[in-house]
Amino acid sequence: MKHTRIVITGIGLTAPNGNNLAEFRANLLNGVSGIDWTEVRYMGRWPAGLCKFDPFKHQKKKDVRIGTRAGSISIYCAREAVADSGINLDARDKSRIGVYLGITEHGNVETENEVYNISQFKYDTKFWTHHHNPRTVANSPAGEVSLNLGTTGPAYTIGAACAAGNMGLIHATQMLRLGEVDLALCGGVSESPQTFGIFAGFKSQNALASHADPTKASRPFDKGRNGIVISEGGAIYTLERLEDAQARGAKIYAEIAGYCVNSDATDYVLPNPERQAQCVEKALINAAMTVDDIDIVNTHATSTPQGDIQECQAIATAFGKRKEPAAINNTKSFIGHAMGAAGALELAGNIPSFDDLVVHPTINVDELDPQCDIPGLVINQPRSVKRVDAILNNSFGMLGINSTLIIKRFRS
Amino acid sequence: MTKDECRKLVIDIISDIAPDEDLSAVKPDVRLRDQLQLDSMDFLDIVMELRKRHGIEVPEADYMQLASLDSCADYLTPKFQAKA
Repeated sequence: MKHTRIVITGIGLTAPNGNNLAEFRANLLNGVSGIDWTEVRYMGRWPAGLCKFDPFKHQKKKDVRIGTRAGSISIYCAREAVADSGINLDARDKSRIGVYLGITEHGNVETENEVYNISQFKYDTKFWTHHHNPRTVANSPAGEVSLNLGTTGPAYTIGAACAAGNMGLIHATQMLRLGEVDLALCGGVSESPQTFGIFAGFKSQNALASHADPTKASRPFDKGRNGIVISEGGAIYTLERLEDAQARGAKIYAEIAGYCVNSDATDYVLPNPERQAQCVEKALINAAMTVDDIDIVNTHATSTPQGDIQECQAIATAFGKRKEPAAINNTKSFIGHAMGAAGALELAGNIPSFDDLVVHPTINVDELDPQCDIPGLVINQPRSVKRVDAILNNSFGMLGINSTLIIKRFRS
Repeated sequence: MTKDECRKLVIDIISDIAPDEDLSAVKPDVRLRDQLQLDSMDFLDIVMELRKRHGIEVPEADYMQLASLDSCADYLTPKFQAKA
């Protein structure tokens, strides 16, 4: 089936180690981690990735007070993406603009804050804020973007655990192809380090990273890895149909080549490498590509002992027929696990490779786990390559949701 | 608690509720909504902050008493004095 061509024309992001693509990319090439200590309610000091963007750049103080951290991240990224795209929103039909944001979860931060708040008043619920419901509805981050930008098309979130960042782009591609909107603001966001529950949950699961040096706590594929570093962040893209982008003379970063979303149907938490491999294979079919067409594979690996091995097995299965290994990297080693933002942020960090032909590494690999030693891993130092025409981005999540997104070099 | 002190206390709360507003020239006898960007949710925040910070309850039937700084002072000052 011949698909309408969809292209990326703008990128806005905030990561623990950068508040725009240039800064983020420079730090990925220079080995600069964004992880630091943070105080977690009830739990003390833990490594985490917090973003340092200025929320007041695009929001009034009152809107920051009433809204949510996820909303502020979303608004910052959306505004930066629109500015990067060169689109004049005021000249557009705002009813034809869609906002599609992947989230792992939403509302935990605000709920925890209110429970803590009423604990200061002997749990009397008359002290519970009337802002709780609008802050915690699942569409809240996307709704805050629509309020800020004045867009009146569809604006909602896509709950897909840690596969969500890719899902924002995939869903936007589908909506553009259906003709539902003319411009999509899409990607993923997360405010997870603001909630103690996610730290405590991973701690109880024995899956929360600890290390004397917080910048070394996230270490996928390293033998000494011991869990996930919780991070926040966001990456939002402007996606357009190719003819629309060309008609306005847009800068085009890349083209959506193909994708797949599937489900493990095996476990609440444990991944299934067989289904992950199928997700990769089906995305390749959707893109009308073979494994030999892929130049960079950005892994989902979260630095957990078992999960990293299973993804490596999935990649080894999916790419086993390849003649020369693709370059395989990991972004979480720099920024931790940005949950709903992870897929979208990690894709952004690799897009400049189309221009500079350099693959950013996975850092903090002091001793490679033999079970993660798959061909093509780019370890600790960036690698120059001869060709970057296609990037495959994996993001997997709890309840067994998998997403693979492939983008390719734009050629008219 | 004097009425002037009560007005200042309400202004302190509004400065947190509406942090973008310039409160230096608020006219005490003019409705707050006519001179500041305040909506019904903001008034609920004012009621909540009076409850949290000062233990003052404002029943829904009395919300209209919070219309201006002067009416706030007239309505709230006796409540503060009763608590003292």
